[in-house]
Amino acid sequence: MTVATQAAPAAIQEQEMLISGSEAIAEALTLADIDVVTAYPIRPYDTVMQAIAKKISGGKLVAEYIVAEGEHSQFEIVKHASTVGARVFCGSSGVGWAYAMECLVVTPALRVPMVAMVGNRALDDPGAFGVEHNDALFVRDLGWLLCWIDSSQEALDTTLIAYRVAEDRRIFLPIAISADGAFLTHSQAITKVPSKSLVDKFLPPYHRGDLQLHPDNPITVAPQVNEDWVIEIRRQNNAATERAYTVIEEAYADFRRVFGRGPENPWFEEYMTEDAEIILMGMGTLSLPVKVAIRKMREDGKKVGLIRLRWFRPFPYEQLARALRKARAIGVIDRDYSFGSPFGSGVVATEVRAALYNAEHRPPLIGFICGLGGREVTLEDVYKTAEICYSAAKAGKTERATYWLGVRE
Amino acid sequence: MAHLICEVVYRGIFQKNLASRITRGIVLSARKAGKWGIAFGRYGDSPQRNGIPAKDFAIVADTQEELEQHMARYEPKELHVTICVDDTLCKGVESWAWYGLQPINRLLLPNGHLLVSSTQSAEELLKDAHKKDAPYSLWILPGKASLAGLWVYKEDHTEVRVLGALAKIAPKILSIEAVAEAIREAEWGSDLKVESARKAYERIQGRPVKITDGNPETPYSFQMPKWWEMREGVTIPSLPIGKPIEGGEGYRPERSAVFKKFSTRTMRPVIDFDTCVKCTLCWLQCPDSCFDVTPEGLYDANMEACCGCGICEAVCPVENCITMVNEAAFDDNASQWEMWRKDKGAYKAWLGAKITDKVHVGRSHGFRYRGQYEEELKAGELELGGAALASGIPGENADQKGLKPNVHEDKSSSIVTGVAEAPGG
Repeated sequence: MTVATQAAPAAIQEQEMLISGSEAIAEALTLADIDVVTAYPIRPYDTVMQAIAKKISGGKLVAEYIVAEGEHSQFEIVKHASTVGARVFCGSSGVGWAYAMECLVVTPALRVPMVAMVGNRALDDPGAFGVEHNDALFVRDLGWLLCWIDSSQEALDTTLIAYRVAEDRRIFLPIAISADGAFLTHSQAITKVPSKSLVDKFLPPYHRGDLQLHPDNPITVAPQVNEDWVIEIRRQNNAATERAYTVIEEAYADFRRVFGRGPENPWFEEYMTEDAEIILMGMGTLSLPVKVAIRKMREDGKKVGLIRLRWFRPFPYEQLARALRKARAIGVIDRDYSFGSPFGSGVVATEVRAALYNAEHRPPLIGFICGLGGREVTLEDVYKTAEICYSAAKAGKTERATYWLGVRE
Repeated sequence: MAHLICEVVYRGIFQKNLASRITRGIVLSARKAGKWGIAFGRYGDSPQRNGIPAKDFAIVADTQEELEQHMARYEPKELHVTICVDDTLCKGVESWAWYGLQPINRLLLPNGHLLVSSTQSAEELLKDAHKKDAPYSLWILPGKASLAGLWVYKEDHTEVRVLGALAKIAPKILSIEAVAEAIREAEWGSDLKVESARKAYERIQGRPVKITDGNPETPYSFQMPKWWEMREGVTIPSLPIGKPIEGGEGYRPERSAVFKKFSTRTMRPVIDFDTCVKCTLCWLQCPDSCFDVTPEGLYDANMEACCGCGICEAVCPVENCITMVNEAAFDDNASQWEMWRKDKGAYKAWLGAKITDKVHVGRSHGFRYRGQYEEELKAGELELGGAALASGIPGENADQKGLKPNVHEDKSSSIVTGVAEAPGG
């Protein structure tokens, strides 16, 4: 009989790796021990697909890796795999995501907790690789939960959180994690990768329960129905989406408990908003130039802050109304467009404006369309947004509701 | 202020065009008298599926405002006239989705009118039509279920005869002159058809139906669940597998408690258990798994599940072992096998009567050879159902059964001239 003479070395809980956002997602998928993944290449999503393939070929992950003949099948396959109880992953970009649209539509209705990565990419035409957020926004009204990330670390953490939230029996909805093409998918940063045992404490196995397709649980999925049934089914989906507010907060709290890091506010990151007169808003990696510009502007005494939205669906309208109540003016930078929308604004600006409609304090709100097609959002662009916001704050109204920035004119 | 709300209850595909012509005809006729109207189908119905009960509606009113008042709902909830163009639907209307079984007279207002195209008597029809808590009138337009078809339209004058009858039922809204004028102008109209409408107008008579008349059965129904009572993920539990029928022998599959096929059917198989060779073909080929396997290995078509498609008859290799007979010949959905084993002699007599009944072996659809429908519509026989068949229905196995398809030789004979109410026929 051996006797322990000294304490066993503490298991390595987290180790640092230099990885891209896509590779970080693949690390998270390995830790989440996914069962089925489907792939069809399109830039920039394909970086994830390659990273997972390496994990499998390297023996780090045991999963079915199915190369589909197109995105439509790609999403259809994982939908079915999920209904039999497999933890699944899928993803695409731009027009690839669009081609899968029919399957994307049915996924939330069937309460399939798929996690997908959207490597944000401009929609054709013109053919382009650079980032725009319009692709992921296609599904914003359908029951998909949507979030945007801005670092490799957040990519990894959010992927784990996404499975936890999606597979919660109260939710059972798909989640799309949006990663800006190039800025995140192709940039490698120092990232903490937790151990499997730590992840196991956070992420329980996926149990589909009474919705699982199994010979022991014979069910019919997706029968044709008529007008006597559809609105009740939509009502169920709405209830699940509303429950996501609670479940997401629970998941982030638990994430902090298990990993000892992660944001307290799941919904958005607040940067220097405490005393901010002007609050700029946006999603994804444009946070980086905005933060740098804010630091510069602060040196000049301009009190500018940033709210970077993480979750777009469900939309944190109450939390945002609270966070924005002290601002003298709000500038929303959209890396998307919505032609013919109210005030010609981008999607995020329109949503924020709607979220504030019932608020007591409604500061002037200016929309900025910027960085489309992967164009850089420059420091000068950010200075310009702050300048316009300041003059609106001074005037107490907006001269123009929407500006296009960084356009040759 | 006056208005008229009518529905046409019809069989999907087979009578889709017929129903549409009738409802359009109502509106176009009323328009001749300066009234306003709308004709529409119930969208949730499935007019593109064979034999599925479906509905079209026509609303006409004196003014556009009055019309809108009655249109501002998904479908009319109460009616002045129900027009039933297949009398087997008097057994009840069951949509393709889950509604339970609606009595044919369910939406009729008190003192409303039920107009049925039928070769049956009022007494026979009232064995099928459920009792109603208000009196109404029953009008019978002599004729078998008209087959209008999705792909072709058989010009048997049913649509104009219905319009003529309606002019009698609701003369204030639809005068026979307005009906005649509308028919004359319709692309499918003709002077001959105007005459048919006038004959129907002159001949048809209503009969009062008292609240004590009718089928006393309570039609099956069910409660729609609330949204939070429904399973999520658009899933429904499958039916469990079936059970032996008795003594561990035989097999009866479990069937839906909320979706029966009583009124989807226009015909049903009548089975001769004495000549059955237990080949299993009917059981194997039935698309609705309607056959119960009896303890002795026979196959009993269960009327909760039979759609009346006739495939069993077509695949059966034994002459007259399975014969499709019109639903109008039956008053219940009882098991034939139970009847047979109780009294084989009585069953034999019952079976013989059913399958040699010329009216009821006439087809309403599912014809087995080219020209069979025309044969059934021979001149002068329309009001009798027009059936002129010697024995059974020749199917794909007609050769083995010793029956030759009776190919219609006289290709030039027009069905139009064969219509009883057309003049000079």
